[in-house]
This record gives sequence, structure tokens and C-alpha cells, in this order.
Amino acid sequence: MRFVRNLIGLLGFLLIWEAVVRVGWVDQNDLPPPTVVFARIGQLLGDVEFVRDVVASALAWVIAMAISVVIAVPAGLVLGSVRWLREATKAVVEFLRPIPSVALIPLVLIVIGGGPEAKISLAVYASVWPILFNTIYALAEIDPLLVETARSYGTPRSRILTSVALPHAAPFVFTGIRMAAAISLIVVISTEFLAGAKLGIGQFVLEASSGANRMDLVLAGTVVAGVLGFIVNEGLERLGRRLFRWSTDEGTAA
Amino acid sequence: MSTMLEVSGLSHRYGTGDAAHVAVRDLSFEVAAGQLACIVGPSGCGKSTLLRAIAGLLPPTAGTVSLHGDRVTGVPDDLAVVFQDYSRSLFPWLSVGKNVEFPLRWSKLDKATRRTRAREALSAVGLSGVEGKLPWQLSGGMQQRVSIARALASRPALLLMDEPFASVDAQTRFDLEDLLRRVQTEQGTTVLLVTHDIDESVYLGDRVLVLSKSPAHIVADLPVGLPAQRDQITTRESSQFVSLRSEVARLLHGPAATAAADAAEWAAAEQADSTVSKVENAQN
Amino acid sequence: MSVLQKPATVRTRGRVGRGVGGFARKWLLFVVLVLLWELVTRLTVSVFFPPPSEIAVAAAKLWFSGPASQLFLGDAVFDHILPSLGRVLGGWLLSVVVGVALGTALGRSRTGMDYVGPLFAFFRAIPPPALVPVFIVLFHIGPGMQVATIIFGSLWPALLNTVDGVRSVDKVKVETARAFRTPRRYWIGLVVLPAALPKIFAGLRLSLSISLILMAISELVGALNGIGYALLAAQQAYDYDQMWAWVVLLGILGYGFNAALLAIERRVLGWQPGRN
Repeated sequence: MRFVRNLIGLLGFLLIWEAVVRVGWVDQNDLPPPTVVFARIGQLLGDVEFVRDVVASALAWVIAMAISVVIAVPAGLVLGSVRWLREATKAVVEFLRPIPSVALIPLVLIVIGGGPEAKISLAVYASVWPILFNTIYALAEIDPLLVETARSYGTPRSRILTSVALPHAAPFVFTGIRMAAAISLIVVISTEFLAGAKLGIGQFVLEASSGANRMDLVLAGTVVAGVLGFIVNEGLERLGRRLFRWSTDEGTAA
Repeated sequence: MSTMLEVSGLSHRYGTGDAAHVAVRDLSFEVAAGQLACIVGPSGCGKSTLLRAIAGLLPPTAGTVSLHGDRVTGVPDDLAVVFQDYSRSLFPWLSVGKNVEFPLRWSKLDKATRRTRAREALSAVGLSGVEGKLPWQLSGGMQQRVSIARALASRPALLLMDEPFASVDAQTRFDLEDLLRRVQTEQGTTVLLVTHDIDESVYLGDRVLVLSKSPAHIVADLPVGLPAQRDQITTRESSQFVSLRSEVARLLHGPAATAAADAAEWAAAEQADSTVSKVENAQN
Repeated sequence: MSVLQKPATVRTRGRVGRGVGGFARKWLLFVVLVLLWELVTRLTVSVFFPPPSEIAVAAAKLWFSGPASQLFLGDAVFDHILPSLGRVLGGWLLSVVVGVALGTALGRSRTGMDYVGPLFAFFRAIPPPALVPVFIVLFHIGPGMQVATIIFGSLWPALLNTVDGVRSVDKVKVETARAFRTPRRYWIGLVVLPAALPKIFAGLRLSLSISLILMAISELVGALNGIGYALLAAQQAYDYDQMWAWVVLLGILGYGFNAALLAIERRVLGWQPGRN
């Protein structure tokens, strides 16, 4: 029943979009109807160059995620368990975090250039924060009762970290990674679009919009990017639910 | 004395078909005005379902509930409920005073009267001067006093209490039991209190209704002949109290209750007309 | 989207009342890092990385060199900063109003989210900058397209968090409110929204930071003024002092917005145990 409603909602949206264009409320060249956009997507998926763009974006995203996790999780573990360090770095972290990563594009361009390194470093910058924050939070907020219980059984300090603190933190860290995944995909594609990469969905959209003003291609690329993001988010959410079925916490983030 | 609450032929079933679970079966009883009646039954026997049906929160699948002669269809105007879980039942974003005023907000009372009412209700439960505090700033026992005050502030004809003292420590529990008896006598409120605690039902009640295991039905309706003025120490050691609590305990756990529950289960199996359950019962 | 609430409260909890000592400790490392930055850039001398003191000078010249009649604010403040602020706050407020209203309605409805849930989750996954070309042709270059971009990005967190908050109102509270015959017209204001507020605020914070990002992006791509526009112009003019000044300003704005919203949240959600 629910699936049917999902479908009705989706079809309803597409119908309205189609109708708005067909009736002539907006110019078909400005906003192509879904029939045109989906036909274009069909063609593009058979097009080697477009597929290469999608792969390039996805690859940059995977690399950025890997780097972010490698940086943010250990850093979060250290900051989360060492109080004075956490206090000392608080202001710096709080100042750096809200800097919109994309505002750094001009800076990154002149320093790193327009290659894949640019989008990867920006995506890393953007996705480190949610992971870092969730890890710090999970460790700093661990229920003292859990630690005391472990201590009362004579668990050594080192074991408390691995067998109490880490399992406790895992769902939170995972939520951070899930949020970071969504953000970094957006940053990767945005950077390609803004900085003019050689390959990538964002670059595809840029090329389609500049000059020829091919809005059908722009929307086709956008829909593919959205679907990619949706699948990644949904997949991670399901994975999280499976991995952390024991957790009643919803996981928290910054 | 006039009848305040009349429950007749009340049944409630969750779900339909084979998956159906009968929580309450064909319950009938009356509570007179000004009486404090306790319903005692084993855990999970359907007490909460019964209480929700009486409160009008849950439409029963069969039977009727009447409050001072009026058939209950939605939540009646002059009824109040105290839930077990005070920490979830009090609104954490409202101060204690505003929590108590909450049910008065849509009454015709003006602001000043509402505030006085709330203050009176709070002082009746022994809490004066905490109006401005937030619920979490009070101890568990005090929070439950606040929810009792909130229920009393609307001057209900019938006060329903769902395991009201099950989440507080033993000493607080004694205090709250005495508080309830005192306030109930002072204000003449009719109270129907649901509990799984045998001692509590005998100590508090003018009358104890003993329920069977699920599906709940009445096993016994015992008048409590204890003096109106009760005391945690002397009442509980009186021979009358001791024999009553033993009687209730036997009814709850003894062969009579088990037999009644078995009979009910058998009947349910018959009704469900499921061959599987028949075979299982036969093998037993 | 049920995410995002506690850390902020946790982070801010200890701040009040610890006084000057806490303040100094908090900013000590920050100051040290800035000094270190100054030292390193002075020693290495790179056009791309001017020392912070020079950035500060450039910023002062840009923003605080105006005549007394403009309260000494530079033209850049009126030409770029104020329009940007107007767009980001305007777009965000619209998102908040629409998102909370629609989110409340959808959260209250039994089947509403079944129809639009996946659709909205998909919209949220779309990188908003990719839609900038579409918005440009639909609204032309200017504030309309910028506000449209901001709304498209910041609406979903506000909306989906509201739905989540409205959905997860505690059952006992609902029964209590019903048992006290709470009339329909009071229901949302007295029960649903207060209970959903912590989650709503988490969504608002996220959507505010997204708004700021999209403001910058939309101004980098298609604008005639604004912080992003000025940032790009400075870069293209090889004026790296100025460019850095704009980047730092974006950081300050991000920090300031977040801090302001947290202050509001502390007041509105002051009833939560463990706050203040």
C-alpha cells in the first residue's frame, strides 16, 4: 500500500511538471518536460562519455569519503577522550566548521588547480566535520554507568576503549559518515560545476548549460546526480539499521 | 448513593481474525459516587485497556460505559486521568504551575481563577511554591504529585489512575497513598485506580475488583471493611487487612483464578474456531 | 534526518558562567594559530597566502573606510554584504515558514508522507548548484534565482526534520492531552509543536548553514553583486588580500549565524533538562 502511494506521489509530481510545460506556463526550452528529460537520460546512459562522467564523480566521492573517515574518526576519538584537548580546540573547530566549503573554491583553484584533487580536497573539508563532531560527541557523552559497570568487572582501561566506548560510539560515527556522504557528493558535483573539472556530472551540467543552453541535458544530469545521492543515502541508512539494531539512540550529529 | 460509573458488557479485542487478541471480555461493574474502587489484576491482563476504554480514549469493540448516566463516547468533560509514567505525562516545556493549569485553559475560567485553582490543587497535594519550577527539577514523587494536582484542578467527577504509584520508591509510595486517601475524602472525588499491587489495592480501596489473566474479566468484587481512617502501620498489621490481602492473593494466583483463566482461554479458542489451537488444547 | 540535536547543546552547556578563564582558554589556541599563520606566511612569502595582518588591513579598507554619513562603512558593505545578507536570511526564513508549516501538516497526516516522502528525499539528494542553470533561465540572473537556489537547498532539512519531530511526539503526552480534552485548535500549538521543537531547531540550524553555502555559490555563478561575486572578482583581479578577506567574512558569518541561532534555541528550549 505504501509503495503504491510512493508511486502515486512520484507519478503525480511528474504529471504536474509535464502539464505545466505542455500548457505553456513555462517555455519548453527553459524547463523541458519529464518525458523529454527521461528520454535524454535513457540515451545518456548508453553514452560512454556520460557514464565516464558519472564514474568520475562517484570515484572522487569514494576517495573523499575514505580520506575523511581516516582523518576524522581518529581525530574525533582523541578529542572525545582527552578533555583539555577538546576544550582547547573548540574555538578553532567551531570557527572552521561553518565556513562554506564551496567558498573556498577560488582559493583551492589557485592553490591546487582544477584537477580531481580540487574537488576531493573540498569534499574532504566539508565531510570531516559531521564525522568529527559525531565521534567527539559519542565519546564525550558516554554514559558513566556503562564505564563504571565495565570497571567493576575489572576491565582494564585499554579494553574499556575498545569494548565499551567504541561500540557505544559506532552508531553515532556511522550517522556522521552517512551525513558526510550526502554532503560530500553534493560538494563534489558542485565543485565540478563551479570550477570546471575535466570529467564529472557537474562538468557535464556546466557544459550543457553554457553556450547551447541545453536544459534537457542539465536536468538529465541533475536527476542522475539526485538518484545517485538518494541511493547512497538510502543504502547507508539501511546498512546502519542493520549494523546497529541494538542501538536505541538515533545517532546524533552537528 | 448514586452510581457514578457504570460499565456493562465491556469487551475489547485488538486486531481481527486469527491474529485477534482479546484483552477484555464481557466486563460489568458499577462504582458509586464518592467511592474509591481499586482494580487489581496480574501484569498484562488488560487493565490498561479497560482504563482507556472507560476514559473514552479507546472505543471498545463491545459494551458500554456510562458516567453519571451519560453514555461515554469520547473523553467526558468531567473526567481526569493520572498515568503511571509521570515523566512522560507532564509536559516538560511547561512550568509546574502551567502544567496544572493545562486542563483549565479551555474552561470558561478567567486567568486569575485558573491560577488560584492551580495553586489550590498544588497545595492540596502538599506542593506550595513550586509553580515556577520545571517538572524535571522536581523528584519523581513530587512530579507524580503534580500530575495528581493537575487531575484534581479540573475538579473531575471521576478520577482514573493507571498504576499511579508504580514508578516511585517505596517510602514515597506510602506517602502518596495516604495523600490520595486524604484528598479523595476531602474533595469527595470518585476514584477508580488500577494496580497490580495487592497490598495497595486493599489499603487504598473502599472496594477491590479482582481481575483474571488476559482476557480480563472480574473474578471477585470485594468490599473493604477497613475503617475510613487508615494508617500505613496499624492498618497493614490489622487482621482484617491481612485476611483480605490473602483472599485477593488467592483469587489472583490460586486455582480459582487459573481455572477461570483456562476457561476463558478455552472459550476464546472455541470462538476463534482454529483447528490448530483446538488440537493444542486437547493435547494439554 | 532525526539526527543533529544534542552536540550543540552539549557544546554550549558549559559556556555560560565559566567566565573569563573559560573564554581565554577557549580562544587561546585560536589566537596561537593565527599568530603562527602570520609567522609562516611572513617567512615563506607567497602571493596566494598573505599574512593575516595584511588580510585584516585589506578588510578594513574594504568595509570600514566609508564617510561618517555611512557610519564609516565602506561601499562594499552596501554593494555586496547587505544584499547577500538579505538574500540568505530572506531565503532561509521563507524555507523555515514553508518547511515548518508543510512539515507539520505532513507529519500530522497519516498517509501524506507516503505520497511525497521518497520524492522529497530525492530532492534533498540533488546538489542544488546543478539546478542553478535551470534557475537562471527561469528567474534570470539576480536575486530571484539566488533566493530560489537557497530555498531549494534549505527547505528540505527544515521540512523533513519537522515531519520527524511532529511524528515522534510521545504517546503518553498525546494520551494525556486527549484525556484533558485538548481542543483541536490548541492541539498543534500546545502539544505538537513544543514537543517537536528540539528536532525542528536541529533542522533549522542545518538549513541555515546550507543557505549560507548556497548564497555564496549562487553569487559565484550568476550575480551582479554580493559576497560571492566580490570574492570571485577579487580572485580574477589577482587581489588575494581582498579575496582572503571575503573568505574570512564567510567564515565569520557562518560562525555568527550558528551562534545567533544557538542563542535563540537556548532561550526557546530552555525547558530542556541539562540546558543552561
